[in-house]
Amino acid sequence: MSTPNMEVLKIFIPFIVMLIIIGFYYVLMTKNLIRILLGLEIITKAAILAIIVAGYVTNNMAMAQSLVIIIIIIEVFVIAVAAGVIIHIYKQTGSVDVRSIRNLKG
Amino acid sequence: MSLILIILIILIVTAMMVVFSSKLIIGAISLALTSIMITILMFQLNSPLAAVFELSICAGLITVIFITTISFVKPATEEELIVSRKRRLKKYIYLPVLVAIAGYLVSLAIRPLSLKLPEIIQETNVRNVLWNLRQVDLLGQAIVLLIGVFGIVVLFKEGRKK
Amino acid sequence: MLALFILIPLISVIILNLTRFDFIKKIACWFGLLLTLVQICFVLFVPLDLLSSKAGFFGRYFSFNLAADSLTKIMLLTIGIVVFTAILIGQFTYSDETKRFNFLNLILLVLAGMNGLVMVTDVFSLYVFIEIVAVASFILILTYKDKLALESAFKYIVLSITATLFILLSIAIFLLISGDTSFVAISAAIKNPQNNTLVMIAVCLFLCGSFTKGGLVPFHGWLPDAHSSAPSSVSILLSGIVIKVTGLYPLIRIMDMTGGGSEPIKQILMVIGAVSIVVGALGALGQNDIKRMLAFSSVSQVGYIVLAIGTGTALGIAAAVFHIFNHAIFKSQLFANAAAVEKQTGTRDMDKLGGLASKMPVTGGTSIIAMLSISGIPPLGGFWSKLLIVIALWQGAHYTYAFIAVIASVITLAYFLSFQRRVFFGKLALGLENIKEAKFGLLLPAIILALLTLLVGLFFPLIFNKLILPIESLFKW
Repeated sequence: MSTPNMEVLKIFIPFIVMLIIIGFYYVLMTKNLIRILLGLEIITKAAILAIIVAGYVTNNMAMAQSLVIIIIIIEVFVIAVAAGVIIHIYKQTGSVDVRSIRNLKG
Repeated sequence: MSLILIILIILIVTAMMVVFSSKLIIGAISLALTSIMITILMFQLNSPLAAVFELSICAGLITVIFITTISFVKPATEEELIVSRKRRLKKYIYLPVLVAIAGYLVSLAIRPLSLKLPEIIQETNVRNVLWNLRQVDLLGQAIVLLIGVFGIVVLFKEGRKK
Repeated sequence: MLALFILIPLISVIILNLTRFDFIKKIACWFGLLLTLVQICFVLFVPLDLLSSKAGFFGRYFSFNLAADSLTKIMLLTIGIVVFTAILIGQFTYSDETKRFNFLNLILLVLAGMNGLVMVTDVFSLYVFIEIVAVASFILILTYKDKLALESAFKYIVLSITATLFILLSIAIFLLISGDTSFVAISAAIKNPQNNTLVMIAVCLFLCGSFTKGGLVPFHGWLPDAHSSAPSSVSILLSGIVIKVTGLYPLIRIMDMTGGGSEPIKQILMVIGAVSIVVGALGALGQNDIKRMLAFSSVSQVGYIVLAIGTGTALGIAAAVFHIFNHAIFKSQLFANAAAVEKQTGTRDMDKLGGLASKMPVTGGTSIIAMLSISGIPPLGGFWSKLLIVIALWQGAHYTYAFIAVIASVITLAYFLSFQRRVFFGKLALGLENIKEAKFGLLLPAIILALLTLLVGLFFPLIFNKLILPIESLFKW
């Protein structure tokens, strides 16, 4: 017999997976650097939601909230640096198209 | 319970709005809407502190960062918009179908799942947990802050032209 | 007491920036070198029990959950050596003083971050420090904002955020099954046989994250670009220590927690290790840029380390850690040589170079020693670590993988011989008649590291007793 908490978990997991798929599909298919960053943000939100749900189901909200607070703060700095990089790429090449930064051969 | 289900569906809808947005600014605002949905979910799941953080930082600060970046880029012209709209529809037309099928399959797959979750007595006060148990992480935060400061200096400060 | 490894670099960065004296900025580099030397001496000469005691000023007010075992000791030693080399090369390759000062501040913060990474006892703190090192490396790559650096930094950022996603999802699953994120709690939860499927999913997700951070196939796309377009001292840092500390050290800890890893996980590790070795070696064969070739060689060597971890035996993991140490030494030295060549000749293209051995004898000589070590020629250090890896594979009856490891060593020797012939021997290329040997400051790290490779190789029994056996005893499940 599943407890109420397990029911909640079973509702959340498909949605978290759907969010991750949306994010990944967007990152892989888009041609605009800023849109890549948007897709990565969606993926990070899915991860944060996963941690909160894991904490709710095990009745451990304090730990989950502390982890999420720290993750959000770190993520801000990463996005800020990425935005800075995009601005500089635009200043130097005049476009934010992914194809314009394919100079280095794989 | 049904409220959570409705909010989750709206969450997926706003995420799709980010994908299908024609202008970048609409994409950034849709991301903010997604953050607001996540905030509401967190309030429903008894995490007010994290919800407030998410609201103020993700729906606020990060949206501002995105709009700043977008304002640096020259906007697309009219015919470019029409061309890119058609291309975008063609690219992403399979996405809602894919996502719906994936969601349905996952919900079927985990139906027989049942876990015996640990019964642990824990600290329930977030402030106590953060300050007593996770001091190393707070130290890490201080280091990230300093690195962020130097990052902004390196990225944006032009040197004195000799 | 252990927290000092993190706090001292942090506080020195704060102090260095608050003072307004100009001469502080000039001596800042030497201060950084002093810090790393102090770290190396501490690790070598102070016994572990003294380091881990919680007495003193800090014990009363702060309680950091840090612990140090013999694996931590070797990692701290390696971190000290590589950061020392990076600061020394940075001192002589950055021409602008402001850039040099920013570089030094970021290097000290990276030092604090990496020290913290190897000392934490908690999976989430591991993630926090991995992110610290990642953010600092993005910024270090971007010091000269040229097009190539921006491009490779962006690719690195995208892949780093996806690695973050994998690691966070696996932490969420660990939180689900054990309620706490410390290593001991997770080990206890893993031993419960009920959780097997969830543990498998969590470990797979964590592996994906670690492979991306460590530059293993198929997530190695960012590595050649990032390591070749970064400034020289940053390449040393990235290739010498960052990919290992952020990618492979968490892998070793996860293997420790799961008691050697279940069979599917070990198979995955060995397959990906073997594929990385071959892809890295073949990729390095066709390169013209020195640093790009060295970056592909890093992919190959990291494959060796993962192959050794995948055996799941104590000897395998000890061999892997020893190879981490050796690779840090000879890869840093090779990048130091590349920095010297680039500074003196102004190019990194091997087609335009040639016959430099007569003009730059020290650089040529030390690069020969590094080449012999990385290809596994006795009696240098690399030979012993590769021998241990092959023995570990043989003992586990993985004969095909041992064969692949040995063949890849031959390919390694091949591309490095080609590198030597094209850069140092052969006819003196046009326009290179006036090249002189690099300044002493650039040569010093190369000489020290070459000597270290020789000493590690010659005094191997001593190293074996002091460093390898303690690690092996840690991992007896």
